[in-house]
Amino acid sequence: MIIKILGTGCANCNKLEQNTRRAVEELGLAATIEKVQDMKAIARYGVMRIPALVIDEEVKVVGKVLKVDEIKTLLK
Amino acid sequence: MFIFQWLNYQLLKMQWLSDLAQKFVEQVMGLSVQDRLGGSIHFFLYDVAKIFILLSVLIFTISYVQSFFPPERTKKILGGYKGITGNIIGALLGTVTPFCSCSSIPLFIGFTSAGLPLGITFSFLISSPLVDLASILLLASIFNWKIAFAYVVAGLILAVIGGTFIGKAKLEKYVESFVYSNTMIDIEQYELTVRDRLDYAKEQVFNIVKRVWLYILIGVGIGAVIHNWIPENVISAVLGRDKWYSVLVVSLVGVPMYADIFGTLPVAEALVYKGVGIGTALSFMMAVTALSLPSLIMLKTAVKIRLLAIFFAVVTIGIIILGYAFNAFGYLLM
Repeated sequence: MIIKILGTGCANCNKLEQNTRRAVEELGLAATIEKVQDMKAIARYGVMRIPALVIDEEVKVVGKVLKVDEIKTLLK
Repeated sequence: MFIFQWLNYQLLKMQWLSDLAQKFVEQVMGLSVQDRLGGSIHFFLYDVAKIFILLSVLIFTISYVQSFFPPERTKKILGGYKGITGNIIGALLGTVTPFCSCSSIPLFIGFTSAGLPLGITFSFLISSPLVDLASILLLASIFNWKIAFAYVVAGLILAVIGGTFIGKAKLEKYVESFVYSNTMIDIEQYELTVRDRLDYAKEQVFNIVKRVWLYILIGVGIGAVIHNWIPENVISAVLGRDKWYSVLVVSLVGVPMYADIFGTLPVAEALVYKGVGIGTALSFMMAVTALSLPSLIMLKTAVKIRLLAIFFAVVTIGIIILGYAFNAFGYLLM
């Protein structure tokens, strides 16, 4: 599973990354987490609000810092 | 009428809070509010408490409304309009679409690659930081309803005219090419429940308060200093009503600064109290909130410097013209 966090390094983007790492760890998943900071790359996903969470190339959530539990539900 | 007045005084202007702050300064601290020190402490306590209370209540209500207008939806609505109608709708939607300056680039790219005309996108981008539902009520609380509405109308006019100008000037070639070649996928929209919207509104209150509290404290602090420590004749020598250059000075000083509208209001309040013209104060507020270096630098990744400069110039000139207009006709509002 490839998880991408889209964001330009704002506080909320970092928070989402932290929460995602926690969720992956707690579920014991073998997933790679990537940060996408390049604006052009972010735009390609059609995202207009950051941070956004992309799981296996599918945009799951935009403009929101999900809590650890919410990410877990998405990953299951 | 009496009830409306009472509501206006107690709920909006929070007279009770002013009385409470006065009691605190006089009885607990043993100072008089007529003194400089007591007066500035009173201004500080009252303004900080008032802004935070209003802000929390307002953000909650407004975020609820805003949850109906995510940028994805705004983009779709705007796609159906052309010409000046598009600019007007763009400016209006700018006031209700939740917007954080960190999202201005993805939003710009999203709008533009979806085929929205540049002018309409800029109408949105100008009105968004400038006119915000919360700022209307705060202006009404600090000044009065007439000024609040005048500010909103002025902000919208600036956004419509600025956007129209940018649209007419045919500046598409100054947008970085990747923006147009970007194929935009439409993200699926799922309906939010009332519960979702309430949660979102609550979250927004925390996020925004966390983001702006420092601006507010600094803004009110500066306001308190102006209010009680800087002699009126010093202020009126530079920014007085009779000084033709006052609007020019505050606009040029305000443009490079960036603060949230909530932090800027107390400064404008203190300036007006010291006899500065209402147009001058409003120009200052608009200059500080509408243009900021960080967001301009971010926009630089998507547009060429030429377009950036034109955007910057149009907004600055607009703010200056509006300031003079308000100073000339402001007596109708007081």
